[in-house]
Amino acid sequence: MPVDHLLDFDGRVLSNLLFFCNFAELIFLYFMGKTLFEKIWDAHVVHKQEGFPDVLYINTHFIHEVTSPQAFDGLRKRNLPVFRVNKTRATADHNVPTKDQHLPIKEALSRHQVEMLTKNTKEFGVELYGLGHQYQGIVHVIGPELGITVPGMTIVCGDSHTSTHGAFGCIAFGIGTSEVEMVMATQCILQYRPKTMKIEINGKLAKGVTSKDIILYIITQISAAGANGYAVEFAGDTIRSLSMEARMTICNMSIEMGGRCGMIAPDQITFDYVKGREFAPKGADWDKAEAYWKTLYSDADAQYDKVYSFKAEDIDPWLTYGTNPGMGVSVKGLIPKVESIAANEQTSYKKALEYMGLEAGSKLEGKKIDYVFIGSCTNSRMEDLRAVAEFVKGKKKAEGVEVWIIPGSKQVEKAAIAEGLDKIFAEAGFELREPGCSACLGMNEDKVPAGKYCISTSNRNFEGRQGPGARTLLASPLMAAAAAVTGKITDVREMI
Amino acid sequence: MSKKTFSKLVSGIVPVQIDNIDTDQIIPARFLKATTREGFGENLFCDWRKNADGTEKADFPLNLAKYKGNRILVAGNNFGCGSSREHAAWSIVDYGFDVVVSSFFADIFKGNALNNGLLPVQVSPAFLEKIFAAVNKDEKAQLEVNLEEQSIKIVATGEFEKFDINAYKKMCLSNGFDDIDYILSLKPQIETYEKSRAFNF
Repeated sequence: MPVDHLLDFDGRVLSNLLFFCNFAELIFLYFMGKTLFEKIWDAHVVHKQEGFPDVLYINTHFIHEVTSPQAFDGLRKRNLPVFRVNKTRATADHNVPTKDQHLPIKEALSRHQVEMLTKNTKEFGVELYGLGHQYQGIVHVIGPELGITVPGMTIVCGDSHTSTHGAFGCIAFGIGTSEVEMVMATQCILQYRPKTMKIEINGKLAKGVTSKDIILYIITQISAAGANGYAVEFAGDTIRSLSMEARMTICNMSIEMGGRCGMIAPDQITFDYVKGREFAPKGADWDKAEAYWKTLYSDADAQYDKVYSFKAEDIDPWLTYGTNPGMGVSVKGLIPKVESIAANEQTSYKKALEYMGLEAGSKLEGKKIDYVFIGSCTNSRMEDLRAVAEFVKGKKKAEGVEVWIIPGSKQVEKAAIAEGLDKIFAEAGFELREPGCSACLGMNEDKVPAGKYCISTSNRNFEGRQGPGARTLLASPLMAAAAAVTGKITDVREMI
Repeated sequence: MSKKTFSKLVSGIVPVQIDNIDTDQIIPARFLKATTREGFGENLFCDWRKNADGTEKADFPLNLAKYKGNRILVAGNNFGCGSSREHAAWSIVDYGFDVVVSSFFADIFKGNALNNGLLPVQVSPAFLEKIFAAVNKDEKAQLEVNLEEQSIKIVATGEFEKFDINAYKKMCLSNGFDDIDYILSLKPQIETYEKSRAFNF
């Protein structure tokens, strides 16, 4: 039984008393194991009151230029400081250019937002990794790579892909601007506890099948709304075999199935990744921290509100064909026929295919593409870039295809150049640019033109996401690299 | 920011006896570009209240002299459906209402109202009919809304009903708190919590 059971006796078990007056049930609940999610949640409840949302303490608050200005404004109106500046970190990522970052930003609104971030963080004393800083990058890439993100934390950010940090065994979720203001003002957030879901994946992945394929496959199986209202834990031996960067890709897209957050219990792979990073605990602190982190797993008898189980062997290289991440298919599969879609969803299904210029019942394999985007908080880390470089070494991109590689951070960019990946990319005709969110959401100049097809390693294929009229096919970095070389959707397994 | 506290309100009514009033009717999309929360009352129900030339339509309840200054808006079933815009709640508060009564509120609107110090009181369809009947009989008819007792009463007849409200939001309205005020009221607990933690996680 975990030690902190005694600590939360008053809170958790007594609040259930109303519903379970039976003494035997009460005893059962007291001894029942906890999920990873419950352990971390319970360890962060500052105040609990019947009928009220829990007041949850936040260990790290990441902020960026787009969702913070109104929150800083709110603090000024309330005449409040940032409650804990040392738990708040800022970077500029959403609308920064990926070329010539040393020059002033051309687009006026973007420049204004980046300047506001600089001004606000200076005024309130928040540390900023802005443009030109060696640590600058996509907020969900830099947190882990700098060792700011460590197991057991609660982490929030005004960005839905904050779930990425859950890969370390954290409760990490995106929040709105009014909540950004709340966390700045109090270092806490009001939250009702979500339900819990476990998604297990067991078995061995085929060569050429990656963590991106796993998560696209899962979202296709349970739909883009399948985890609404749940905190999701990914488990099983397939997950355990993945590197931290691969785990981040999976947790990153938890939000794309509606999950409040996604998480994976920390293990030796996690500790090895964190150890020695810039802001990670050192020396005796490390030993104490690691001992605590080793208690962060779901107990064998922990109960989940919902459980799914999948086999790694069923997972092919996966792509989306539609306009939400749940509309996915195997590279060898066919886009579903209209008749196979629920009657009340057929109209929106046809609208999605019309937008995409694709036909129901047809195959994606062989479909011509125009753009390749390798980047975003989903897939822009060293492993992604290495996998692409290894694949394209000695190959050339297809005629007429434009390929952008946007590293997730300055550190990734630096490491890629140090390893000579930039040269491999240049020889293949791929363009390695400077870090930022870039064409994932097209807030900067990196937009895909209307009607053009882009195979993208990002996380959303919504209408207009990569530019007005742009057609996005989500896929893994390997699948994107294969399409870049052949100029069409290709099963990467046949090229390696 | 702290808003005024709410305990009991006795006020006349502005009856808008229309079902399914969506947030586009409450505040049309063209007014959403402003960057502050103030001034939206001016355009509350704009397309029902005003002619194309900006003059007031004589027959819309908000324009009738007999209802001016009343602080309880009573509307038909399913109030606040449609777009999630928080501006709908801002515009009703900014106009001067403290309470809005209907037989059903759309979820998002209800949350937005409570976050902005506007009390949505959901009554039964039969009681809603009685309120409309009371104000049609006597334009000065008053309602008494008691937050502590969670009751709403037609003053003239004494008929009343109980209403539901989330315990947390009830406390916030009673104390004039918003979410940040509430958490800051727990500052000693936050500091104690911080001291109890060995690490920053």
